[in-house]
Amino acid sequence: MMKRLAYFLPLVLLAILAAYFSAGLGRDPQTLDSVLINKKVPEFSLPPIRGFNAGLSNNDFLNKVVLVNIFGSWCVSCRIEHPFLMELKKKGVIPIYGINWREQNQDDGPRWLKKFGNPYSLIGDDPKSRGAIAFGVTGAPETFLVDQRGIVRLKHMGPITQQNWNDTLKPAIDKLRNR
Amino acid sequence: MIIESGHFVLILSLLMAFLQSTVPMIGVHLRNNQLMAIAAPAAIIQFVLILGSFLALTYAYVVSDFSVINVTSNSHTAKPLLYKVSGVWGNHEGSMLLWALILSGYGAAIALFGGNLTPTLKVRVLGVQAMLGVGILAFILFTSNPFLRVFPAPENGSGLNPLLQDPGLAFHPPLLYLGYVGLSLTFSFAVAALIEGRVDAAWARWVRPWTLAAWGFLTGGIVLGSWWAYYELGWGGWWFWDPVENASFMPWLAATALLHSSIVSEKRDSLKSWTIFLAIVAFGLSLLGTFLVRSGVITSVHAFASDPTRGVFILLLLVVTIGGAFLLFAWRGPSLKTDGIFHPVSREGGLILNNFILTIAAASILLGTLYPLFVDVLELGKVSVGAPYFESVFVPMMIPMIVVMGIAPFLRWKRGDFNKTTNKLKVVGVISLIGGCFVWLIVDRSSALSSLGIALSIWLFSATFVELTSRIKLFQVPLKDSMRSIIRQPRASWGMTFAHMGLAIAVAGITASSTWKVESIQVMKFGDQVKVAGYTYTLKEVRKVQGPNYIATRGIFSVKKGDNFNVTLKPEKREYQTRTMVTTEAAIYSTFFGDLYAVVGDRDENSGGYITRIYFNPLVPWMWAGAILMVLGAAISLTDRRHRVGAPARSANIGTSQVIAK
Repeated sequence: MMKRLAYFLPLVLLAILAAYFSAGLGRDPQTLDSVLINKKVPEFSLPPIRGFNAGLSNNDFLNKVVLVNIFGSWCVSCRIEHPFLMELKKKGVIPIYGINWREQNQDDGPRWLKKFGNPYSLIGDDPKSRGAIAFGVTGAPETFLVDQRGIVRLKHMGPITQQNWNDTLKPAIDKLRNR
Repeated sequence: MIIESGHFVLILSLLMAFLQSTVPMIGVHLRNNQLMAIAAPAAIIQFVLILGSFLALTYAYVVSDFSVINVTSNSHTAKPLLYKVSGVWGNHEGSMLLWALILSGYGAAIALFGGNLTPTLKVRVLGVQAMLGVGILAFILFTSNPFLRVFPAPENGSGLNPLLQDPGLAFHPPLLYLGYVGLSLTFSFAVAALIEGRVDAAWARWVRPWTLAAWGFLTGGIVLGSWWAYYELGWGGWWFWDPVENASFMPWLAATALLHSSIVSEKRDSLKSWTIFLAIVAFGLSLLGTFLVRSGVITSVHAFASDPTRGVFILLLLVVTIGGAFLLFAWRGPSLKTDGIFHPVSREGGLILNNFILTIAAASILLGTLYPLFVDVLELGKVSVGAPYFESVFVPMMIPMIVVMGIAPFLRWKRGDFNKTTNKLKVVGVISLIGGCFVWLIVDRSSALSSLGIALSIWLFSATFVELTSRIKLFQVPLKDSMRSIIRQPRASWGMTFAHMGLAIAVAGITASSTWKVESIQVMKFGDQVKVAGYTYTLKEVRKVQGPNYIATRGIFSVKKGDNFNVTLKPEKREYQTRTMVTTEAAIYSTFFGDLYAVVGDRDENSGGYITRIYFNPLVPWMWAGAILMVLGAAISLTDRRHRVGAPARSANIGTSQVIAK
């Protein structure tokens, strides 16, 4: 009898897996709401990365609409997103703050920026995930839109592409600025 | 008109698949030969129809027909022809069509070359294969139709993602799909066997070549993707434990286990329900990979534009096919009698241990890949699981596995002689220990694990070699006899020798390249020199080069070592005009001991020099060489005539309608 039951085990495991998947489908990570949405940026303070002057803290979010981008030199998708951020910086569309997340070596982040260019106006070093936890980050890259009063308005997971920039981020930024 | 015909034949192929999955199955049930006879021609016609549809889409890409939405969003007139063609599968809709094409291709292969199968099994395999076809074709037609038109047609397309414009990546998806989808056939074999209620040595022998083929393609596909990441992403890494990489690695592990367990099923007529289970799981993991990439459940570099309806559809497909198979397994599995008890020191004992480790490895990778999703759904917060988890879990499991891989081929079936085997391997063990100690004492004292990796590589390589020499009785009988016996070795044994040696070489490459990489990043002006791992790099010049649809910044390095070694490396940084995007093309020069690897970056405004990144990646070519040997092993084993002819007489053939009831 026990042996017969063992043969049902795969079926049970598949059912559990499928339940998680169907629950996961509802929460498409690209547009997933963060618990932070429409709340103030939580208190945090990160030191600068090596070779840069200013770090990043919750006091830097005042009187302007900004993007906060979580990145790391180890993250392949960040590498893919990077040229787009450089484009934004070149055109002066919006200030971007960076959180340099979970570098193994202190020099990795600065080196990466030196190589590919620096799209960020302020960067916080976050090897211990303090800032990432404050923002409720799931993975890199991830981008938050913060308004003039320091309230988180939008969360974008994965690399920003021209398409989702046009469809969601750009309209959201315009709306906040015209308020 | 061609586009509409493509769409039309695709609809026809769905009808054909439906016919193939129902009528012959009823025929088997009623023992009606005429109904059963439909299966084989239907499988071939279905393949031809899908091929027609695929060619129609390819045509639209080649002539840049921008009235087709799929072409507009993924192609551009300025693209080289090769990438126009590879653009067909460089997007969600087209890649699903390729999936369906390969699926039906395997079905047609069974119809054409499955002559040695018993008629009922052949019909059932084709029937199950067609059921999968119905699912995939319906998915394409209802959620991902590549033949949709747009009016008015735009002037030009928006171009393929530049990262995909690369020869390595043009062929990576087709190879990978040949592997992924090849596992559909072992799945169909498993389900057909469950329906028949019979698994025997002949069944195991029929499944093996198809598993081998799928495994070989999958290995090739994964390695090609890895090689692409290595030279295109420009930072010397080749494996990132990205969810989608894992999604291709898990079926590979399952297929490897299946390959070995089916040997036990064939030779010892046992481990049957386990082999069936693995066949279902291997394809289940392939479908899971497809689901992960296209549903948007997990973010990844590979993710296609995600769409919830597609996610729901694939999830349904996954649940129905794999759930159905598991249900059948729960019902019929217990009656698949396993023969006898295993002696732990025996060939099958080693193979079972190998299966155990491979399965646990696949399960732990599955857990790590899906863990963020589980935690998220349970609202326990947000986590990400990265390389440290996978490395700390996967690497220790491979250590006992490689040790056993050295021993098991020496053991005989049923009961091996442990003392005799250890005697043969004494020397090999000592050599490996010396090798490991040498690395630890002389090369690098900081990394004990890497010394162990090298020791294991030596162990596996020499043990496999000694196994070969003892099979041909080298130095025990006159050399002439040994040479004669080397020719008479079965191809399948050669396959094992090649694949195991390949893995040994790859292990050395993986160990060395992840531990002893030398990296140097600096700003260089023309004429500046940098010394990396004994090689002197001089930056000669940097010039702009116009490509077909990009402008490249090309750096020219002259690399010297001693008086005789002098090569030129030309890395590029390409800016694509159609999509504002930059890609790196690393320049690589491979030597026996490692790759010279150079990348050119942006201009440094302050000094007027260029940022350059130079690596020495030790033994990386060994990794590729090892992988090629593994694929070669699969290919050689496939040519073994035992796979084609004379499966041992099926014991159950006499009573055709033997039904196992319990």
